[in-house]
Amino acid sequence: MAYERKFKIGKPILEVNNISLSFGGVKAITDTSFNVLEHEVRAIIGPNGAGKSSMLNCINGIYKPQQGTVSFRGQQIPNITPNIMAQMGLSRTFQNLALFKRMSVLDNILVGRKLHTKTNFLEVALQLPKVKKEEKLNRERSEEIISFLEIEDIKDTPVGKLPYGLQKKVELGRALATDSTIILLDEPMAGMNVEEKRDMCRFILKVNDELGTTMVLIEHDMGVVMDISDRVVVLDYGKVIGDGTPDEVRSNQKVIDAYLGVEH
Amino acid sequence: MKPVFMTYTKKDLINLAVCMFLSVLIIPTFIKTEYWYTSILIPWLCLALATIGQQIVMGYTGQLALGAAGFMAAGAFAMFNLILRVPDLGFVGSLIVSGLIAAAFGILFGLPSLKVRGIYLMVATLASQFFIIWMIDKFGWFKNYDSSGIITAQDIVILGKPFTTPLAMYFVCLAVTTVLTLLAMNMARGSTGRNWMAVRDMDIAAESMGVSLLRTKVQAFAISAFYCGVAGALFAFCYLKSLEPVAFDIKLSFKILFMCILGGLGTINGAFIGAAFILLFPVLLNAIGNNVFHGAIDATIISSIEQVIFGGLMIIFMIYEPLGMAKLWENLKQSIRLRLSSSSVKNLKSSAQKSE
Repeated sequence: MAYERKFKIGKPILEVNNISLSFGGVKAITDTSFNVLEHEVRAIIGPNGAGKSSMLNCINGIYKPQQGTVSFRGQQIPNITPNIMAQMGLSRTFQNLALFKRMSVLDNILVGRKLHTKTNFLEVALQLPKVKKEEKLNRERSEEIISFLEIEDIKDTPVGKLPYGLQKKVELGRALATDSTIILLDEPMAGMNVEEKRDMCRFILKVNDELGTTMVLIEHDMGVVMDISDRVVVLDYGKVIGDGTPDEVRSNQKVIDAYLGVEH
Repeated sequence: MKPVFMTYTKKDLINLAVCMFLSVLIIPTFIKTEYWYTSILIPWLCLALATIGQQIVMGYTGQLALGAAGFMAAGAFAMFNLILRVPDLGFVGSLIVSGLIAAAFGILFGLPSLKVRGIYLMVATLASQFFIIWMIDKFGWFKNYDSSGIITAQDIVILGKPFTTPLAMYFVCLAVTTVLTLLAMNMARGSTGRNWMAVRDMDIAAESMGVSLLRTKVQAFAISAFYCGVAGALFAFCYLKSLEPVAFDIKLSFKILFMCILGGLGTINGAFIGAAFILLFPVLLNAIGNNVFHGAIDATIISSIEQVIFGGLMIIFMIYEPLGMAKLWENLKQSIRLRLSSSSVKNLKSSAQKSE
């Protein structure tokens, strides 16, 4: 790339080691390992049912893999739960949208500020000065994110009433509000039109560029993946069949076979 | 310019001022009949407070719980025993401690919410209803070994002054309800309420944002039970003026549930609207029976009609307006405002045409 990156790609921040996950007799992921470097945009691709979302769910602690470990900043995490990972600085979005439907856009994003909220319910009930101060800071940060994502005009609308593309944006906003060092994006551009996809790419790259946030994303649109990611890992039938820069992956015979099919 | 955040908007302050004006000045000046205080206003405030408790756990946190009356009983009997055995605590102190005792029960019976949800949780929380009533009945200590089954509540004394007239008791209930309602609003609008609603709307995403499900759910159950406990103590001491476990049976729990749903899930003002409706509707039906039909309709039939209408309304609200009467009220205000503004626009237009 021609331009100079503010945040140089660094050491591995997230390592997935020999993960195996099965549901009953169905093997979703088999002995999979890969890593994510600090400040990079890492894509996970693969045909339908390749185990991509399951992989994210393992990293985030929603699924408990039968084997294998996840390390964050070189430290193995023994008992992963979504809450622990959030506290370590890992946030995510979901494939089928997991927004708080009856809450407004602003409130959804404010929930993302949870880990920056230290006051307890009693202090909130009594509206102590420190609660007001904290709420003000959290609201300012949320408003910043809202104007960054260009959704100021809908900030008071309940998210359940918004079209799909905007909901995806709100979900990204909520993940950004956590100020996490790494964000997992599960199909952030699914079901979007070309224009919306372009916007979303711009946001992802801008966040990565300006804040240095490490991005791990699952995406089906090959054009987008090859354009925005630094490195790509390809899964098929729960196994890694390719790992490297977009160019390396593109010329990998196994990957071509998985996507185009093999002549028998 | 950066948006300035205020806990209360100007509109909220006006609403609060109007409510306070009505309840502190207008009602005591114009309503002189004791019946209104003893049978309508005092139970209304007590039940509205309990409904806020139900709102917190069900409307805000989305946990289907049914056992508000059990926590009310815990609060009421705790109050009786505290005044009896720890008189130094005073009325307000006892009220707070009885709320805390009810909250302890809330934590205990809220724990199943971590494993079960929906209708199964409802059944699990029913245990609180039956267990607390059973406990009070079984161990004579709670009733101070009174054999009659009904114990007279002690007189309310605050700072050496007795509060025994209906009007005085009304003010006691009003003060407690106002303070607790404001605290509930602060929580509901602040980060605490956002955590509750996040758990209600999508628990897995809430957890991924760092909201602890355990802590949030148990906290909601505890606060809810605190509100119910205080409401139960007021209900016994200001309205019933006696303590008997039967008064806090499952029917009362259902009544509070109906108030919560009809009023509007996830709203604080809905608690007051729902409680007013459920309390006043039978009174209205009776008045219609007596004045329009001149007693031609039997009282038992009227009370059956009441049940039928409540049931029907519940179904209608669940289907057409899950946000309840609070939402209807909101819509009404909005349509009036729209009509007013559109008519003022018309006036402007016509005056503009005239000037041309």
